[in-house]
Amino acid sequence: MSAKFNIIIFSLITGIVYCSCKKDIKERTNEYPALTPKNIDVNADTWKPVLLTGFSDLTVATPDAVNSPAYLADLNEIKALQSNITAEQKAIVNYWSAGSVLRWNEILRELVAKHNIPPYQNEDGTYPAPSSANPFAYPQFPFSNPPYAARSYAYISAAQYDALIAAWKFKKTYNRAAPYKNDANIQALIPKSDLPAYPSEDGVVAGTVVELMKLLFPTEIAFIEQKASEEKLYRMISGANTRSDWDAGVSLGKQVAAKFTTRARADRAGAAIGTPTIWAQLESQTAATGEMPWISLENPKRPPMLPLFGKVEPFLFDQATVATLRPGPPPSTKSDQFKKEADEVLYYCKNVTRERNAQVAFWADGAGTYTPAGHWDAIAADEFVKENWSEVRWARNMALLNMAMMDAVIVCWDTKYYYFNPRPSQFDTEIKTLTGIPNFPSYTSGHSNFSAAAATVLTHLLPERGTKFSDLAQSAAMSRLYGGIHYRTDCEVGLVTGAKVGQYAVNRAKTDGAE
Amino acid sequence: MKQLYSCFLKERLALIPALLFILVSSRVNAQTESDALMIPKNYLCVDAMYSYSSWDHYWEGTFKRNNLNLGTVSTNMYGLMLNYGITNNLNIIAGAPYVTTHASAGTLAGMKGVQDLTATIKWRALTFRSGNNRISAFAIGSGVLPLTNYVSDFLPMSIGLHARSVMLRGMIDYQFKHFFVTGSGMYNLRDNITIDRDAYYTTTMVYSNQVDMPNVRSFNARLGYRSSAFIAEAMIENNTTLGGFDIRKNDMPFPSNKMNATAAGVNFKYSLKSGFEFMVGGSRVLAGRNVGQSNMIHGGVNYLFSLKGKNNKQSQSKPQQKS
Repeated sequence: MSAKFNIIIFSLITGIVYCSCKKDIKERTNEYPALTPKNIDVNADTWKPVLLTGFSDLTVATPDAVNSPAYLADLNEIKALQSNITAEQKAIVNYWSAGSVLRWNEILRELVAKHNIPPYQNEDGTYPAPSSANPFAYPQFPFSNPPYAARSYAYISAAQYDALIAAWKFKKTYNRAAPYKNDANIQALIPKSDLPAYPSEDGVVAGTVVELMKLLFPTEIAFIEQKASEEKLYRMISGANTRSDWDAGVSLGKQVAAKFTTRARADRAGAAIGTPTIWAQLESQTAATGEMPWISLENPKRPPMLPLFGKVEPFLFDQATVATLRPGPPPSTKSDQFKKEADEVLYYCKNVTRERNAQVAFWADGAGTYTPAGHWDAIAADEFVKENWSEVRWARNMALLNMAMMDAVIVCWDTKYYYFNPRPSQFDTEIKTLTGIPNFPSYTSGHSNFSAAAATVLTHLLPERGTKFSDLAQSAAMSRLYGGIHYRTDCEVGLVTGAKVGQYAVNRAKTDGAE
Repeated sequence: MKQLYSCFLKERLALIPALLFILVSSRVNAQTESDALMIPKNYLCVDAMYSYSSWDHYWEGTFKRNNLNLGTVSTNMYGLMLNYGITNNLNIIAGAPYVTTHASAGTLAGMKGVQDLTATIKWRALTFRSGNNRISAFAIGSGVLPLTNYVSDFLPMSIGLHARSVMLRGMIDYQFKHFFVTGSGMYNLRDNITIDRDAYYTTTMVYSNQVDMPNVRSFNARLGYRSSAFIAEAMIENNTTLGGFDIRKNDMPFPSNKMNATAAGVNFKYSLKSGFEFMVGGSRVLAGRNVGQSNMIHGGVNYLFSLKGKNNKQSQSKPQQKS
């Protein structure tokens, strides 16, 4: 064969394969359309807030009149911005116009994933704990594990909801329209709204995050401020808010968030890590009952994750209710039933199918992810964007969802540490797992609690979705059995308890004035 | 000057073991495409090989550590490969391995399965001879195609990264009497991969089940002794991922990590007149980033024969002839 022929074959084959490579990755969150509320929920100021008891202690200054020099200067600032819009600014408008509650929830999910890494051990085999007093030192504060993350999502969502209720109140009080309504030379780069613009609802939402992040993610303040300034630019460039609309919104958001910060400082989450004495007690008191106590399967042994998180103050019911929601005991570790359930876990670990493996991976939600609560927020967001809700309804529904998940994890953690039940791989070392083994007791499954609580709320909010959410919850729960990290009872009982907690949110939803 | 018609040397598989946290050891042809051996026209070489690699230390970014929750992570690879001489200067090579992984500690399940098909065209484009000196230039192109739907997003236990890819290599070989030195550079273009999650965090959150896999650049140098019956060589290889990100302290690895490794090794091959060849070798990762510090050993048997039929017995029994 000639060299020429060789060359042809060579180039042909490599060329074919080469051309088939590399496509840009499309993210579904970049495809969200601009939020166009079909109902501005003008009476949202009458909805039932979470913490607020009135508006009298909130300050929103009377805005400048629309014919005042100050306001005209604000309008001129917008015109100047609109006269020269860069591609980068267009991208900012495009991003934020999908909705403020939505985007801030996404940003929080990202921060949770970023900080969701268990600390590396010390030389002596102990583990360092993150310190809120020294948040930049390794390990950075926080370690946003599932309970911490669920609480963060709940506080931020609930604060946004309350702050927007207050915003609606002041919007109606002052009734200052959007710049694009006050000046024909200002374009609306986003769908127009009849909602008064002062104070800015986007500013309110951003203000709550800026304020709460000082407590929840103190190393990320600069990042949050930068995102907030982007959003401010978006509101002004798009003709939706003046600088004064925005600033009044941020101020109001911060005032409301401060009330949530006060609550958070006293909700006992700060003490949830426990002490070495408590860790030892948990083991010895379970051993004293004759049951096999949970032990950490990590090496070196890691203290259990937030053993006192069950004592945290819930949003939807009082702390005393937590024990009443606690399910009965799991099968005794000495019983045939327990052995049978462990054998079932072993079966799934020995008989992995590709489908079950995908299910385990999809719901893994382990280190470096936004955790189960973030996963359900992502599922919810993908559905909510189709609904064209007002920002205040978005916030209300995210608050219901996230308060339910936080309270579900409180009840779940109470249960886990009450029974201190061993993981399958502790009971039978033959059991190998398709995902990381969580470092806390087995009964009941956190995923099952989270998922049933979320599905109960989402099914109430979006009944036309049928069994979509309960099917997903079922899939999430079973993935933990297939992955080898939970017994069937953990999952089934967790689903029942989670649904009970979710029902508290549904009951709230029925009476909060929004339906 | 003798022309070697040997099948490939065999450490193919593992050369790269380091590359992937785990596995890239897996590419069955890794060696063959970077050695200067060709088989003659109408010859077929059938190769069965085995490799074992393991590590108990790895790098998270630049931080070297062990992990008592993994113990020693080991990979077994069983490969089958065919090499056919279209002409004396154009060979095609195709192979695929079956791979198993295992962690000696912790609870993570090992994985197993048929991994990727690697198909290579190896072209000796130029040869200059002068006395006892010979210089050859090669162009080598490979395509990698995952053969099964194995899980890539479960490092370090995954059997592969499940990336379709194309590799283009240029290689120069110089031989003086029985001594040789070979140098090559390779560029590996990797397609996006699909994982079972629909969102993941790298250095930002990505809401997709697609993962952008950075390309990889590789350099390989080898030198040694080469005769018709025996080859002994020392080899060094560097793989650099062009992009990707570091594993953060105590985080899990991810397929699009920046996986870099420099490995050194030795290979030996003994060829019988019957057409059988036996190979052994080993390598060790000397430096790395987001990979395990693998030690790898391999062994294999080739059988080289002519497809020209019975009247070609002469060349079948004596494949190492002058060209």
